[in-house]
Amino acid sequence: MHVLAPTTPDDLCAVISDAARSGMRLTISGGGSKSDIGKPCDVTRLDMRGFAGVIDYDPAELVLTVGAGTPLAEVESLLAERRQMLAFEPWDHGPLFGKLAGATTIGGVIAAGVAGPGRLAKGGARDHLLRFEAVSGRGERFVGGAKVVKNVTGYDVPKLMAGSWGRLAAMTQVTLKVLPSPRASATMVIEGLSSVQAHAAMTQAMGSHAEVSAAAHVPAALGAEERSMTALRIEGFEPSVAARCTLLLDVLRDHGGTLYKLAAMQAKSFWRSVREVAPLMDSATLWRICVPPSGGCAVVAALEPLGARWLFDWAGGLVWLAFDGEAEHIRRIAERAGGHAMLIRAPAATRAVVPAHHPPSFPVAALEARVRRAFDPQGIFETGRFLDPINAD
Amino acid sequence: MPAPDAAILERRDEIVAALRGIVSGEGVISEPNELKPYESDGLTAYRQPPLVVVLPQTTAQVSAVLRWCQANGVKVVPRGSGTSLSGGALPLADAVLLGLSKLTRILDIDYADRIAVVQPGVTNLAITRAVEGAGFFYGPDPSSQIACSIGGNVAENAGGVHCLKYGLTTNNVLGVELVMMDGEIIRLGGRQLDPAGLDLLGVIVGSEGLLGVVTEVTVRILPRPETARAVLVGFPSVESAGRCVADVIAQGIIPAGMEMMDRPAVHAAEAFAKVGYPLDVEALMIVELDGPSAECDHLIEEVERIARANEAVMVRVSRNDAERLAFWAGRKAAFPAVGRISPDYYCMDGTIPRRRLPDVLKRIADMSTSYGLRVVNVFHAGDGNLHPMILYDANQPGELERTEAFGNDILRLCVEVGGVLTGEHGVGVEKRDLMPVMFSATDLSHQQQVKCAFDPDLLLNPGKVFPTLHRCAELGRVHVHRGELPFPELPRF
Repeated sequence: MHVLAPTTPDDLCAVISDAARSGMRLTISGGGSKSDIGKPCDVTRLDMRGFAGVIDYDPAELVLTVGAGTPLAEVESLLAERRQMLAFEPWDHGPLFGKLAGATTIGGVIAAGVAGPGRLAKGGARDHLLRFEAVSGRGERFVGGAKVVKNVTGYDVPKLMAGSWGRLAAMTQVTLKVLPSPRASATMVIEGLSSVQAHAAMTQAMGSHAEVSAAAHVPAALGAEERSMTALRIEGFEPSVAARCTLLLDVLRDHGGTLYKLAAMQAKSFWRSVREVAPLMDSATLWRICVPPSGGCAVVAALEPLGARWLFDWAGGLVWLAFDGEAEHIRRIAERAGGHAMLIRAPAATRAVVPAHHPPSFPVAALEARVRRAFDPQGIFETGRFLDPINAD
Repeated sequence: MPAPDAAILERRDEIVAALRGIVSGEGVISEPNELKPYESDGLTAYRQPPLVVVLPQTTAQVSAVLRWCQANGVKVVPRGSGTSLSGGALPLADAVLLGLSKLTRILDIDYADRIAVVQPGVTNLAITRAVEGAGFFYGPDPSSQIACSIGGNVAENAGGVHCLKYGLTTNNVLGVELVMMDGEIIRLGGRQLDPAGLDLLGVIVGSEGLLGVVTEVTVRILPRPETARAVLVGFPSVESAGRCVADVIAQGIIPAGMEMMDRPAVHAAEAFAKVGYPLDVEALMIVELDGPSAECDHLIEEVERIARANEAVMVRVSRNDAERLAFWAGRKAAFPAVGRISPDYYCMDGTIPRRRLPDVLKRIADMSTSYGLRVVNVFHAGDGNLHPMILYDANQPGELERTEAFGNDILRLCVEVGGVLTGEHGVGVEKRDLMPVMFSATDLSHQQQVKCAFDPDLLLNPGKVFPTLHRCAELGRVHVHRGELPFPELPRF
């Protein structure tokens, strides 16, 4: 596969303009950790790792600006030095695809809208991208947003860029909202609940004053434990965490099951494994189903009897589903539950025919296509990876 | 504003008749004296009666109105409650004013999924009122929350004093039903957290009514904090207050709200509201902390300690809710209070990096001297959002013009120090011509291309946000690369 690796915005403009002239297609890439999502395509790779490094970081402003090609791990350790973090808890998809950890870039994380358990209470990648600099498919440098947390000047183009999967523009620089790391954290677990019981417990906890920052459920068959684990995380200042743990114990007591507080090290590894979908690591086909929290149980009720394995994050609003069943059936179930299903991992033959993204309704698909054309009129970034019928990409 | 299209003005009777065919009875307003209430929004310096007002009661009617207007080349200005402070709902002489005020039903509240589904005319406060019995609330709380509608909040991406902790509208909206200018009804987002494809909802929020008309909104609701307490802190200088804000944030504390007033604002607020603000301080800060009482108690102590370390001359902690509300009463009355000490005032809305606060205030004070106009400052200090209010008298010849020039200089200063033209009021007509201060022509053309994807005939709320709205065909075809125009021999419009 041919690779282009510009290191300055001017070079990037030239590369993209040349592609537009010659009708070449480009796939924007960082560390390649998510390159096995979507239809396998043999097109020229636009490697963005030349745009790396810290540009501006003032911890007191809670704002960080870095090159889009900066590895996520570097961003995280830089923030950790100042007891700050990316509250949406992005993660590295590499290991999920059998690749080495550490390659994933912050630009890739933003472009794919990657978020972990913290998404439930603190928002996703979209809520933390304040500004970007990019070169669009027009071969032009442009910016969207600003380096301040509160801004309504012009359209909120950063929202559009987060989760656009490299189909609008090649980001060279991102400005992110960062937050103080919680001073204390506690995880309460109930063992032995079914999916329906777990949903009820998580719902009650989310509606309480416990200010739960993450809520997940790992069924018995998956975890290292013999019984299912329903976990609720509480974070903040020490006295507050202690008070809310007590409150949460009262809330959860009536839900049956064995209730206890997870040791700190175990809690850390539990949330990492949920974030990185470790319990379903061995599955050939993996779906990411995003539904209203009450929809998670409906998805499980429909697909578990057919052999699907699963886990809940986001209080039931995110179902990770390992299942080789028919894609259309899974998508119908997801729709009926009020959400949508994205195909994350599958054999190449499946990915060649099943679109990664849940197909939108026709008018929305047409609108999305027009918005993509707004940034990329020649379709330089339409590589065929997303099997889009409207563009015939 | 662009000159009204004479051909449209001549067709007024035909347009009114067509609208009456879609919305019957009192839903179409065409008598000149009845148009009066609609001739401006919260930015009353600009006034213009609309061609006609239409107040549909259903999504189907909204769709039919837009489809007819698109087919007939008639412009449309959407309007919620008309509380915009930037002229976002300012009518045009040759445009239909589409009011959403009759769509006021709360369609669904789901406490298990923690969402409410409402029509766009429901007021911001009505959402909280509808769910507070069950112990929930809706986060964003713009000062106009008693009147402003959720549809308008979506259009403007409204904030409020509590958005430091709870986010702006965009962080609290999960889905919308949207009617496009061609009448097509689509759904973006839903009740789940992530969108299925491109985050089109993200660009709808804050698009100031230029991309589509929202006819239904799904918002997240949150459990009401167990307790809320406030600390009132007086400082001998703006610099020490600014340092205190930075130190609170640096300690990892995200207060529910952190507000600051300068000396003139404190004096005006106290004269008006008589809440016991100290008059001998240069800056007064209100820090509100909410959550479990154990958390509030702990953080109050922390904030008190940080304030004293920053030379606070007075620290008062609210002992009960009545006292907490009294702390806020003065701040919330800042606008009417300023209205009492000056015949007119002009409120600005820039955001700056917090660290630049003392410097920016000093430069605003210098400008105040050179323009010969007084200025009173209130800000959402936690997120660097400034609301300088310039005091003037519209009856004095030239004062309004001088005030606007002063205001523009303040906004240019905000951009110069790394900030923005507007933190929460929107661009509208007010800041439209300043957009090039913050964005290059290329930045703006990319934003305008988004507009073209939604509304290629530029019929929806024209004249707002963009200093010049290029025809979409023009934007789409001209691709300038390194100054070389393709096909340079061709004439262009």
